[in-house]
Amino acid sequence: MTASQGTTGLILNEPLLWERGKPGRTAFSLPRRDVERKALDPRHAGPGPDFPDLSEVEVIRHYTRLSQWNFGVDTGLYPLGSCTMKYNPKTNERQASLPGFAGAHPLLPDELCQGALELMAHLQELLAEVTGMDAVSLQPAAGAHGELTGMLIFAAHFRNKGEKRTKILIPDTAHGTNPASCALCGFRPVALKSNERGVVDPAVVQELMDEETAGIMVTNPNTLGLFEENIQEVAEIVHRNGGLVYCDGANMNAVMGIVNMKAIGVDVLHLNLHKTFSTPHGGGGPGAGPVCVTRQLEPFLPVPRVVQEGGAYRLSQDFPLSIGKVHAFHGNFGVLIKAYSYILSMGEDLKKVSQLAVLNANYIKERLKDVFHLPFDRPCMHECVFTDKKQQAHKVTTLDMAKRLMDYGFHPPTIYFPLVVHGAIMVEPTETETREDLDRFIEAMRAIAREAQEDPERVRQAPTKPKLRRLNEAEAARRPCLAG
Amino acid sequence: MRYLPHTPEDVASMLQAVGADSLEELFAGVPETCRRKDAWNLPEPLTEWELNAHMDRLAARVASSPYWKIYLGAGSYEHHIPAAVSYLLGRSEFSTAYTPYQPEISQGTLQGIYEYQTLTARLLGMDVANASMYDGASALAEALLMAFRITRKKKRVAVSRAVSPFYRRVVATYFAPTDYEVVELPLLADGTTDLSGLGAIQDLAAVAVQSPNFFGCLEDLEAAGRAIHETGAVFVACFSEPLAFGIVKSPGAQGADIVCGEGQSFGNPQSFGGPGLGMFATRQDHVRKMPGRLVGRTTDLEGRPGFVLTLSTREQHIRRAKATSNICSNQGLCAMTAAMYMASLGGTGIRELAQLNHDKAEYLKEGLLQAGFSAPLAAPTFNEFVLKAPAGFGQIWKRLQQEKIVAGLPLAPLYPEMEDHYLFCVTETKSRDDLDVLIREVSS
Repeated sequence: MTASQGTTGLILNEPLLWERGKPGRTAFSLPRRDVERKALDPRHAGPGPDFPDLSEVEVIRHYTRLSQWNFGVDTGLYPLGSCTMKYNPKTNERQASLPGFAGAHPLLPDELCQGALELMAHLQELLAEVTGMDAVSLQPAAGAHGELTGMLIFAAHFRNKGEKRTKILIPDTAHGTNPASCALCGFRPVALKSNERGVVDPAVVQELMDEETAGIMVTNPNTLGLFEENIQEVAEIVHRNGGLVYCDGANMNAVMGIVNMKAIGVDVLHLNLHKTFSTPHGGGGPGAGPVCVTRQLEPFLPVPRVVQEGGAYRLSQDFPLSIGKVHAFHGNFGVLIKAYSYILSMGEDLKKVSQLAVLNANYIKERLKDVFHLPFDRPCMHECVFTDKKQQAHKVTTLDMAKRLMDYGFHPPTIYFPLVVHGAIMVEPTETETREDLDRFIEAMRAIAREAQEDPERVRQAPTKPKLRRLNEAEAARRPCLAG
Repeated sequence: MRYLPHTPEDVASMLQAVGADSLEELFAGVPETCRRKDAWNLPEPLTEWELNAHMDRLAARVASSPYWKIYLGAGSYEHHIPAAVSYLLGRSEFSTAYTPYQPEISQGTLQGIYEYQTLTARLLGMDVANASMYDGASALAEALLMAFRITRKKKRVAVSRAVSPFYRRVVATYFAPTDYEVVELPLLADGTTDLSGLGAIQDLAAVAVQSPNFFGCLEDLEAAGRAIHETGAVFVACFSEPLAFGIVKSPGAQGADIVCGEGQSFGNPQSFGGPGLGMFATRQDHVRKMPGRLVGRTTDLEGRPGFVLTLSTREQHIRRAKATSNICSNQGLCAMTAAMYMASLGGTGIRELAQLNHDKAEYLKEGLLQAGFSAPLAAPTFNEFVLKAPAGFGQIWKRLQQEKIVAGLPLAPLYPEMEDHYLFCVTETKSRDDLDVLIREVSS
């Protein structure tokens, strides 16, 4: 095994933007003034913002230095559970920046944007095929936005049937966005306790599912990296009681080509194109969260929708039951292009993607389970969840070990989530990692487990190699300084 | 496949390590009845070069600059994007990072967003801006929901008819399953909002006014603020063209409590309407009621300054159903882009660029008026304006497409009372020659 990848490197300090520059500089090539100056109506005229004036070189150096303080997928293994930090192909960026796409105005007449409409129509078909669902809306701008859209569809469906349902069942392993999205639509989330196998118990659903309950929101595979093995029985109970099944598709990367979501009883599903379909996370966005539904719920999808007529595409508003618009225009089209580009590059190999993602996760699980406590010791899907139970004896926590991983040159896994596992360490390697990189990660984790026994203080003091050491988050929240 | 690094030997040895005989066997946890039985109909993978050809073909079937002269705005604006900005945002240390939950190795994103928050707050004349929302429309919906949290127990908001109809439709969608109600405020003859009826509306949590509004008209926000505050409601000022604040008084300077809108103009390509950038700012008192991520300044163990995500007890991953919003992400890279663009322009540059936008729009307005158009809305405008076309212009509008010109947005589909009215937008991307061509074409 080669030496650890983590070194300190050459990290330069960089002041805040407004601590640089001098009045009168600019980094912008101002277009030629070829019309006369006309004063703005003085009642509305303002002094303009207090921005620093910088040269182009200053702007370039500022952001280049900032970028060097960041860890990204292109820097190294980023095993953040439930986030699917797979490689973001560069050809996707090329396609999204084609002038015809990047320069497209969203209100072009239909006949002037046929290429964009065709892309959207084709992407909808491909996502329907991948998931097994019947119809797709590309409008939601993120996963949580997709959840909101799904809950709005639930609400519209019951309003249309003249039913008043006020509750939604949500397993205790769910992402925080699930209950928040429900609440935004006036539904009251009811927590479902997972059983000892880490999945939803049909008997509990049976008990809670009544005529006031709109349905269930389930993540499958769930955030423990386990397939909800009772999903068909659960869906059957929910449907029998007039409810609907929502699936948070954040973990779709595990089951492409393996599971047909409609066939297992899902009525509404959102996808995270920035997870499963390789579009970059951008340091927090933009993402895209298309919503896939069954034929029964298609009338409620957001408008406008792309329709095809006689070889041409057009945007139609003519869906009277639609929930309306959830985005000013057509969603994050620039992100959709990248996902489309990825799907066309992978084609039927998407099944291989899921198989290898699951292989990589199981490989890590097997190679680490003797040193880290594994609360659910059985084959996992695309991610596995360990805890710090064995290290607690040495007063070393999940947080300490996550920070120590940075010194070894890796991004930490997701920690302290899902909430049902105390001290959770949730590892999702994704399929794009080589076996050699997985081995390096495994060695680093094993080295940290050894350090926890032999030199726990070293782990507690981590990280020491990044630009900064641990930051005082309590202070940041107590006295917020949110602008300079 | 080049994104899948596993050799057959890798697969075999890894399967052995996990004790499975085949890749299929890894899915033992998926019950047999849940396995997909239907074959899926996905195309054969394309090579990179086939993909390029396919995408080139699609992209060629969209009208776009520089071959087309498009005079559309209405919430999406064509501005020059400096090569330096495109280059910087392509740095994959920024683009391939996740949300900066691990601050020690995310200081680039964190400082960048802190700077974005600062420049945005300065631009809008507010104390605090968040790390961004999805777009201008969802930012407005979230601003109105925030106003309910500030005023408590009130159930109604009033939104001007001159606020983007696209934003208003998103608000209506967000409110549909709730018992909140939206009242529409009518227009005055000059294209601005009629606030005279405010006093008669009970139970008002917020009033939203956009400036420049959907018709490009500048609203008297100061007067609006006085009228709104008299009712005890929260004053939400909205916008879709932030470049205006290079020369137009900021909403914060005119009394707004929440300012929200679309920031695409700042260095982000139009991309058929998304991704956009929901800019969102408020006063210090309301910070804890705010939706969305916030970056704050702090220090590390050795006392060195640094940045972290903060006040996250407002957010869904902590508060779950009781969070201030369900939003999880922000438009991180779009916010970084906007900050890079604001930094590139600088204080001097943004004033000059905004002035140039205004002046070019005035030039076209003047030319079209001489060509027989009329100006039904008298309020001053920034880089967009509404004109009523002379009879028969519909034919010319169609014909101009053959000349690769889109001569404004017909307003009748959005405002039925505005038959023959068109919304024109002119930015710095149009030369005087371009404007002269358009004026000549509509005159003939």
